[in-house]
Amino acid sequence: MTDLNELERDLLSQVEAAGDEAAVEVVRVAALGKKGSVSDLLKTLGTMTPEERKERGPLINGLRDRVQSAIAARKDVLAEAALDARLVAERVDVTLPVQESPEARGRIHPISQVIEELTAIFADMGFSVAEGPDIETDYLNFTALNFPVGHPAREMHDTFFLAPDENGERKVLRTHTSPVQIRTMTSQKPPIRVIIPGRTYRHDSDQTHTPMFHQVEGLVIDRQANIAHMKWILEEFCKAFFEVEQVKMRFRPSFFPFTEPSAEVDIQCSRKGGEIRFGEGEDWLEILGCGMVHPNVLRNCGLDPDEYQGFAWGMGIDRIAMLKYGMPDLRPFFEADVRWLNHYGFRPLDIPSLVSGLTS
Amino acid sequence: MKFTLSWLKDHLDTAASLDEIVETLTRIGLEVEGVEDKAKSLAPYKVAYVISAEQHPNADRLRVCMVDTGEGAPIQVVCGAPNARTGMKSVFAPPGTYIPGKNITLGVGTIRGVESKGMLCSAAELEISDDHDGIIDLPADAPVGEAYAAYAKLDDPVIEINLTPNRPDCTSIYGIARDLAAAGLGTLKAEPIAPIRGTGPTPVSVTLDFSADDRKLCPFFGLRLVRGIKNGPSPDWMQRRLLAIGLRPINALVDITNYLTFDRGRPLHVFDARKVKGHLTVRRAKEGEEVLALDGRTYKLDSANVVIADDNGVESIGGIMGGEHSGCDENTTDVLIESALWDPLNIAQTGRKLGIITDARYRFERGVDPAFTLPGLDLATHMVLQLCGGEACEAMVAGQAPDPRRTITFPWSEVPRLSGLDVKPAEARQILEKLGFQVEGEGDAVSVVPPSWRPDIEGKADLVEEVIRIAGLDRIAPQPLPRLEAAVAKPILTLIQKRTILARRALAVRGLVEAVTWSFIGKGEAELFGGGDGSLALANPIAADLSDMRPSLLPGLLKAAQRNADRGFGDVALFEIGQTFASDAPEGQAVKAAAVRRGTARAEGIGRHWNGGATSVDVFDAKADAMALLSALGIPAGGLQVVPGGPSWFHPGRSGTLQFGPKNIVGVFGEIHPKILKALDLKGPLAAFELNLNVLPPPKAKATKMKAKLTLPDFQPISRDFAFVVGRDVAAGDIVKSAQAAERQLITGVNVFDIYEGPGIDGDKKSVAIAVTLQPTEKTLTDSEIEAISAKIIAEVGKKTGAVLRS
Repeated sequence: MTDLNELERDLLSQVEAAGDEAAVEVVRVAALGKKGSVSDLLKTLGTMTPEERKERGPLINGLRDRVQSAIAARKDVLAEAALDARLVAERVDVTLPVQESPEARGRIHPISQVIEELTAIFADMGFSVAEGPDIETDYLNFTALNFPVGHPAREMHDTFFLAPDENGERKVLRTHTSPVQIRTMTSQKPPIRVIIPGRTYRHDSDQTHTPMFHQVEGLVIDRQANIAHMKWILEEFCKAFFEVEQVKMRFRPSFFPFTEPSAEVDIQCSRKGGEIRFGEGEDWLEILGCGMVHPNVLRNCGLDPDEYQGFAWGMGIDRIAMLKYGMPDLRPFFEADVRWLNHYGFRPLDIPSLVSGLTS
Repeated sequence: MKFTLSWLKDHLDTAASLDEIVETLTRIGLEVEGVEDKAKSLAPYKVAYVISAEQHPNADRLRVCMVDTGEGAPIQVVCGAPNARTGMKSVFAPPGTYIPGKNITLGVGTIRGVESKGMLCSAAELEISDDHDGIIDLPADAPVGEAYAAYAKLDDPVIEINLTPNRPDCTSIYGIARDLAAAGLGTLKAEPIAPIRGTGPTPVSVTLDFSADDRKLCPFFGLRLVRGIKNGPSPDWMQRRLLAIGLRPINALVDITNYLTFDRGRPLHVFDARKVKGHLTVRRAKEGEEVLALDGRTYKLDSANVVIADDNGVESIGGIMGGEHSGCDENTTDVLIESALWDPLNIAQTGRKLGIITDARYRFERGVDPAFTLPGLDLATHMVLQLCGGEACEAMVAGQAPDPRRTITFPWSEVPRLSGLDVKPAEARQILEKLGFQVEGEGDAVSVVPPSWRPDIEGKADLVEEVIRIAGLDRIAPQPLPRLEAAVAKPILTLIQKRTILARRALAVRGLVEAVTWSFIGKGEAELFGGGDGSLALANPIAADLSDMRPSLLPGLLKAAQRNADRGFGDVALFEIGQTFASDAPEGQAVKAAAVRRGTARAEGIGRHWNGGATSVDVFDAKADAMALLSALGIPAGGLQVVPGGPSWFHPGRSGTLQFGPKNIVGVFGEIHPKILKALDLKGPLAAFELNLNVLPPPKAKATKMKAKLTLPDFQPISRDFAFVVGRDVAAGDIVKSAQAAERQLITGVNVFDIYEGPGIDGDKKSVAIAVTLQPTEKTLTDSEIEAISAKIIAEVGKKTGAVLRS
């Protein structure tokens, strides 16, 4: 009995003293290996009488089990300690900066963003997007739109001209997106509902004018579209675009060669501390021109003005972008200064949608 | 167009306030630009008496004045004006007054030790004239304490409207009154003009010397001599009105013509009859003929201009400006008054060409009422007789007033049809009649004759505008525009529109910043980038470097990148999606996407970083942008060829062309050619790509939205590496292509993972290592099968490129 107890004490103290997994393995082999001290004892069981075996068997097996579990427990403890040490060794400085992701650096120009906003709003109202060339014929830019011969807009100081062709005809850089009205009305049958965003050009360059700018035009032609409908479309547009509950608009009679009756539209706003707010205040801000398509324009497109009717409007994309997003000046729109673009530009995934809102 | 309130009230009997009038003008389409009400802005300024003006104890040029302002004790004011003196009357402003001419608000001040509680003012300080020589010196009978504006009769508010070019009738204050009366703001005072009974004929005859085609240049001319007049200054009331609207009084005769130009929209001219030699002829000018005009400038004329000439030569540029020679002055005793009609288009062209802007031109180019030609002459004669005395002759008349009378059949239903507002016929008729239209007939449709002063009225739509602008656009209630179909909205964007939007987002996601640059660039730049054709050059560019329509987006972007670098932002990545021009035809215009990366502005990161970095951009950054864009647009990479080399603006050895076959080039990428950098004064490194979105293949039309069936093999893919030694000029792409071709079914991927040149490899060779992925579909490949495939790959690559396996 004494020798078993002594052996167990000896083995358990050896397990406890083992400093690493290799030392535990040495103890295990010495005790439980093929020639180990406990294995030797187990081997003696075969030579014993049944009575002896009955007495000694449980004692020897018990010794083996306790040594085995002590070894397993010691191994777990040592493995845990080793992992802890590794984790400490693997520590890094997570405050080191990572590279700014390309998604964070990219920007969308405000003009593009606003065109997508306009498209989302008018698509919802059943409009599609029509486009046309920047280099236009004099006929489509002026004559078809009822500009009389000798109109000042047809002069060199207002309009960019290209060199005359062999017939002496000079093409122009379109001064407005309105020629696309003619292109649309002559290429598709009413009902027509289109918006026409695009680049436009005028011979003008000062603090508030650039020789190139952007316009969006709207055109509705059917058999009943009237000024009441136009007012509704424009009010709904302004509410949706400026993202306000209410807008107050003022339609002033005005004059454009290609519409009759014509009106200019002001939108009510307040200006406090350089900030413009719509849907409140006492100031009026001119925002667009509009009117019923002139009978001569309809006739020029082969439409009978007694049968078809409709309205058109036009506004500056750059201007409404400035009003909504607060850029004070027009010129930087075309200077590609990354400081301006980073500040006023939109993030790559700021995608305007009526479902989730035009702006985030 | 400017006028004063009292002047308006000469023609409009109204109880309306200034505010009501201003609001109504804008509401009916006569947009008010501004109102200058001196009674309001000059309210604090009072007539004051200078009780004493003593020398300032501490300043030679200052005086200390005691001022009686009409209320309370005298006030002490320090005044620097040389004319300040005891006993004078002047204009006093108390502390707190805004001084417009100095843009300050007065406070109580101490000037050189003497307190000053207000200011005696000069005319310049009140912005009523340029006179700043001294304080205003008023007559002795000026009532102390009275508001200066009222005393000086400056209290007539001046209204300025922004007149649209279709309304010549409202270049006249009478016409504005007529519009306001129609809008219900009072009654038009329509007083008939009594005809003049002249004594004897006007002795100067007028010949309209035109061919039949040219007769429209001056169809009608009235002239009257008034003898024995005295041409002094015009009366104060007339001078005040002219000054208020910004005109300088000259003398009574000239002032009368200016007055009637505004009052009636009827420009007139007066000749000093004694300076006119012989008879008058109205004709086209002769080439090179000259005239010294009333503005003191000499104009050289040609046959496009119309003049009034006598035996001396040109006396007047018809309808625009008179000549100095026959102008009226204080010595004029006999005057010829001209009232004529001129061709609007010719007036506009002549005025523009000669650079003359006058109130006469302004009216004639818009269209002056032809029916008022002779009444206007009579009215002017009355005023001359009244202000200058004399004796009038019968008018001498040449030509004929054109009769613009036309009848428009107008169904009343047009108003609601176009406007959506149901204006009742009775109201519509009243509006038209008050505006001077004749409305004939009863029932659903009437005949409407526009008045002679409304050349802008052509048809029914114009009449609708007249009715609703007076009835009020604000009465039209917004009405929803019904949907064309009761259905979920259909997609509306075209393929190119969709691709443009998608491309923009795809490029921005790669860290590129969108720019919008000019559509026109300098000719030299255009030429360097494949453009510069004369047909795309502007005839009238706004600046030399904005002269030609751009053939490419790259010049604009490259220059923008350099501008940013010059500001200290050298690592920039810009893109633009926009139009380029290959010809002036619509088909010559294309939508391109282009990007420029400069410095270290790579997609992965910019500048130095603790984890590596600060690598300069190169051709592969540009290629990666282009490939990413194609992928985002869903362009199948299958048929895409990357051909080494590109257009002349790229580095020949560091650029590539993207194409679907040699005839379908879709884009280019690369590093910018050093010569281009030099020519455009750019500093690199600069890498760029440009893709033409218009020529990218459209997606294949499919019957359904089903994707192809997915079959997942049951066997694992295996990878084998091969290192080949090939000539340095062999394209890696060819090695990849031939490896792929060795076993089309099994090989699903070939990737170049190492390129090596250096020790161990011959000088003219390089080592290219590829990893080939094999995907078995039927069964696991045995070692010998894999060996066989490897041998095929080695053989195929060797055959196509001369490569041997590296030992």
